[in-house]
Amino acid sequence: MPGNPIRAQEILLPVRPGFIVFTLIAGYFLNLLPLDSLLGRALPDFVALLLIYWSIYKPANVGIGSGWLLGVLMDVADTTLFGQHAAAYSIMCFLAISYGRRIRMFEPGQQMLHVMALVLSSQITMVLIGLAAKGTFPGWLYFSASITTGLLWPVFSHLLKLPQRTKPDHPTRI
Amino acid sequence: MEQQSPAFFRHGPSPAVRLTFFILLSLMFLVSDAHYNYLETLRKALGTLTYPLQRLANAPAAFFDYAGNLLSMQSRLLGENQQLQKRFLLDQSLLLRLKAQEQENIRLRLLLDAKSRQDKPAVMAEIMYTARDPFSRKIIIDKGSQQNIETGSAVIDGIGLIGQVRRTYAYASEISLITDKDQPTPIQVERNGLRAILFGFGSESLLDLRYMSPNADIKVGDVLLTSGIDGTYAAGLPVAVVAKVDRNPAYAFAKIVCTPSAGVDRHKEVLVLAPARTLPAENDLDKKEK
Repeated sequence: MPGNPIRAQEILLPVRPGFIVFTLIAGYFLNLLPLDSLLGRALPDFVALLLIYWSIYKPANVGIGSGWLLGVLMDVADTTLFGQHAAAYSIMCFLAISYGRRIRMFEPGQQMLHVMALVLSSQITMVLIGLAAKGTFPGWLYFSASITTGLLWPVFSHLLKLPQRTKPDHPTRI
Repeated sequence: MEQQSPAFFRHGPSPAVRLTFFILLSLMFLVSDAHYNYLETLRKALGTLTYPLQRLANAPAAFFDYAGNLLSMQSRLLGENQQLQKRFLLDQSLLLRLKAQEQENIRLRLLLDAKSRQDKPAVMAEIMYTARDPFSRKIIIDKGSQQNIETGSAVIDGIGLIGQVRRTYAYASEISLITDKDQPTPIQVERNGLRAILFGFGSESLLDLRYMSPNADIKVGDVLLTSGIDGTYAAGLPVAVVAKVDRNPAYAFAKIVCTPSAGVDRHKEVLVLAPARTLPAENDLDKKEK
């Protein structure tokens, strides 16, 4: 685009590991909320969103192992087969880590599209495993969840960066 | 991927190796979970661990329900009360007849030297939420192994059978609805006593009566009740009504679609019946030996 300067990357304060754990537990809690009567199949996957965020920005702390662990917890919460969410999140975190540096360079709006693709990859894995194990297909509307999850990305990525932003200096009063 | 960006810091094995390891681990878990039940204890442990979080997540919805109930119009409640009183009177007369028939049944069975049935009390439970798994139709109720729920118990609402307990945690249970894919329910046609097995479709709220020959004596509108043969479900519970019969002599079996009688995913209160197994009492076996 003409006249669009290269977006300078912010320098952020370091993140406390406790904060990462807190956000992941909060994401798990949000996933447990019974909102499916309101949103039906298009329910966003908050755990996936948070895993993608941390895999992109802190791949050393949150990686494929954490994705697998949270996948197992999600399997228990959703009563799916053990390993369905786990495999899906592992693949998603792997892709997020591999492309993380590239994704960081984009605007939040464009990152949104990347996030939608990543969540879609996890959903495709889930559907493939479901088809192989049980033979059921949840319908094409199931994939709308990746769109809703992606739409939440700009809000969440802004909120999650807040604790890391340096506080503006207070002007000294004379 | 064309080219991996070079890793500046090497923390242990590369992502690809880690992914392969975790994918293999997930496959192992999947196979053991789908075909064997080795991981049940792990699942129950994790389920009990996350139970407080689940109850907390359910709290807002439960609170809104409660607040809605508090704010109901008094006129509606009075009307509902009157209707329930009338139904109660009708049900009471049926119950008295049932009690008399039960006594007669016990006497007849003693005469025939048949094994006596043991009546375990039914447990009332409330549906907490529908399980979020898009591949199966399950509901979660708020009673578990601590409240003496057994796996394999039948679950009914006021009208008929809605499902079977698949898994019990400490304070919650998973019920597989009769419309869950490949969930079998042994039934008997009320009209002529024909026995068959009903399966769930999985996707819509419909049931599939499989393995009936094209000239089987079954027609639209037939009521299907549980046959009680397998010992899991008590006999005589209404299950479904036949909606469509497709007899094509080219196929080995007729295609029969049924709609469930009970409000499978509609009602909130359900009743869990213990498995109706006829176990021989200790003194019965001794009598036979003498």
